[in-house]
Amino acid sequence: MKHFFGFVRKEFHHIFRDRRTLIILFGIPVAQMLLFGYIITTEVKDARIAILDHSKDETTRKIINKLASSGYFIIAKYLSHEQEIEACFRQGTVKEVVVFEPDFAQKLQNEKMASVHLIADASDANSANLIVNYTGAVINDFIAKENTSSALPLQIISEPRMLYNPELKGVYMFVPGTMAMILVLICALLTSVSIVREKELGTMEVLLVSPLKPLQIVLGKVTPYIFLSFVNVITILLLSNFVFGLPVRGSITLLLAESFLFISLALSLGILISSSTSSQQMAMVASMLGLMLPSILLSGFIFPIDNMPGWIQWICYINPTTYFIIILKNIMLKGLGFMSVWKETAILAGMTLFLLGVSTKKFKVRLG
Amino acid sequence: MMLPVIFIIPLVQLLILVNAANMEMKHIKICIMDNDLSSWSRLITGKFGNSKFFTVQSNTFSMEEARQQIENGRADMVLHIPPGFERNLVRENKAKTQLLFNAINGTVAGISNAYATQIIAGANREIIMEWYGNPKTQGGVAAINIIPSFWYNPDMNYKIFMVPAILVLLVTLIGMMLATLNIVREKEMGNIEQINVTPIRKIHFVTGKLLPFWIIALVMLAIGLLIGKLIYNIPMLGSLPLLFVVAGIYLLAMLGFGLMISNGAATQQQAMFVMFFFILIFIMMSGIFTPTDSMPHWAQTINYLNPVSYFMRIIRMILLKGSGFMDILRDFIILLCYGIAVITLAVFRYRKVS
Repeated sequence: MKHFFGFVRKEFHHIFRDRRTLIILFGIPVAQMLLFGYIITTEVKDARIAILDHSKDETTRKIINKLASSGYFIIAKYLSHEQEIEACFRQGTVKEVVVFEPDFAQKLQNEKMASVHLIADASDANSANLIVNYTGAVINDFIAKENTSSALPLQIISEPRMLYNPELKGVYMFVPGTMAMILVLICALLTSVSIVREKELGTMEVLLVSPLKPLQIVLGKVTPYIFLSFVNVITILLLSNFVFGLPVRGSITLLLAESFLFISLALSLGILISSSTSSQQMAMVASMLGLMLPSILLSGFIFPIDNMPGWIQWICYINPTTYFIIILKNIMLKGLGFMSVWKETAILAGMTLFLLGVSTKKFKVRLG
Repeated sequence: MMLPVIFIIPLVQLLILVNAANMEMKHIKICIMDNDLSSWSRLITGKFGNSKFFTVQSNTFSMEEARQQIENGRADMVLHIPPGFERNLVRENKAKTQLLFNAINGTVAGISNAYATQIIAGANREIIMEWYGNPKTQGGVAAINIIPSFWYNPDMNYKIFMVPAILVLLVTLIGMMLATLNIVREKEMGNIEQINVTPIRKIHFVTGKLLPFWIIALVMLAIGLLIGKLIYNIPMLGSLPLLFVVAGIYLLAMLGFGLMISNGAATQQQAMFVMFFFILIFIMMSGIFTPTDSMPHWAQTINYLNPVSYFMRIIRMILLKGSGFMDILRDFIILLCYGIAVITLAVFRYRKVS
């Protein structure tokens, strides 16, 4: 046992000596959380629009003022010709042009109906959709206020309610994803690289003839990374709680237990990679392409799985990160208990057992 | 060995990433809770059923069940039409419908809400027309007819938005990552010492190291564009030579960054991590998924230093909107100065002695 602890201490020294990697390791989750918390939003704010007012009357001026003061838009340009719209979009200076038809106020007065044309630059389809929707809402709101004397007939009011995340903050989605990503990064990537390095440098032989048992070598290698992972998980949870006001709604014990399950899974993946590759670069490429990319893109972290074509959904469903993210979302954000995640937990546990079995077997084969 | 990789990487990236990185809302799973069951409420639910954006997953009458559907992820949203909806609409001239969204993914919820609101507004117009016969005389109250039109992408196809972005990713990763790792590998292996004692001038060494990757990245871009055209039929409205000139300049900046990282890193692992960190931030801030306009001002200011954001903007403008040289002049000049500055600084800082 003494040998074992000595070995673990050596591993810790190895990790703490490489300051740059260490800083990045703690920097990534912090930077990511701050990025997603403050910068990455899809809400419409200060969208630059242009006005093409063929009517230039009292009513259109009022609507333009409303648009400008709504906070959603900045009126960047006033156009005088239809031809200018194309040039505006090509320069990318505005995202939408609001066109009022001639005699707008008059038509509204006499015929009770006037048209406004919203032309959006839909090369970014989702933003275009949101911007058009917001513009429509501002205009409808204007006309509803103008009509206060006689209420609009037969009006259907739709009341949206955003469950779990009423302010539509990006952090809600990114906390679980970041946690999963950083665990894969530390447990799978770093572990595999650190074991392969011993192989590449030839020091693995030295370890194998030492009084340590192979199992102890592997355990000694992974212990510091388990520790690092937990420190990172706790950093992320503290940040999300104190900086973004996102508390863990479910049980923290359950959350940590599930994290531990996922950590063991990622570690066994790392060991598996290290026993199937012989150079650091190969291990890095394998864990980057085989684990990092799928865990970011094919896990429901950023992109909803339902939108993907069937064959990609299959890849998502053999990707363990997918299940871990579902578990995290259910516990952290929805505040559900173990009963809601037992299926995912069972799948993860099964995968872990399988991978552990395969990787220890492979490791032994190499020793023989 | 290298040749198949050059073809396979862009193909795989475009096939998997473009399909995976999809914010196109086509199958929003909706649970309908119609407690009114009147002809008008059926008109609304029917509209949701016919919409290409929504897939009706289930029908229920209890709120309990509807919420459970959201909780276990079987539905993304619930449309609740309360009892007495039609009666209220006629008697009080207004009636409410409630929409519940699973808003953990705020973007998806926001966009789903936008689509749902449009559908309900459309149904509302139909109901008014049905009731009054003529839309222009809706009980003497004025209304504004809002006509939206979506240029450059009337089908709201998210893929043509994503393909250029994936190409940027491809060029960046190949150009920067391969070049950096290549130099650091020489360092780690000790080969660099041998090169350092040869009479080769450092400018020649650096050019010799970077030029192949510069060329490979541009070739990748060409292949990627070809694949994008063949598989996704992305529009190419603007001038391709202009695009390649911009890409060449952009790569100068990214290769310069790569060189700087390799100057500082001792091992491949370190270089990899530092690069991963910067590329992640550069790409996330570049407007790859979210508009840069809605970022806070300080972030937009920082973004002036982010080369990826220039290229991301320009490639979309050229391909999707046919922007010409004069349209991108300002970004072009900034990127050019930036590229030259970074690469000069990086070469200057490179030391032949370790």
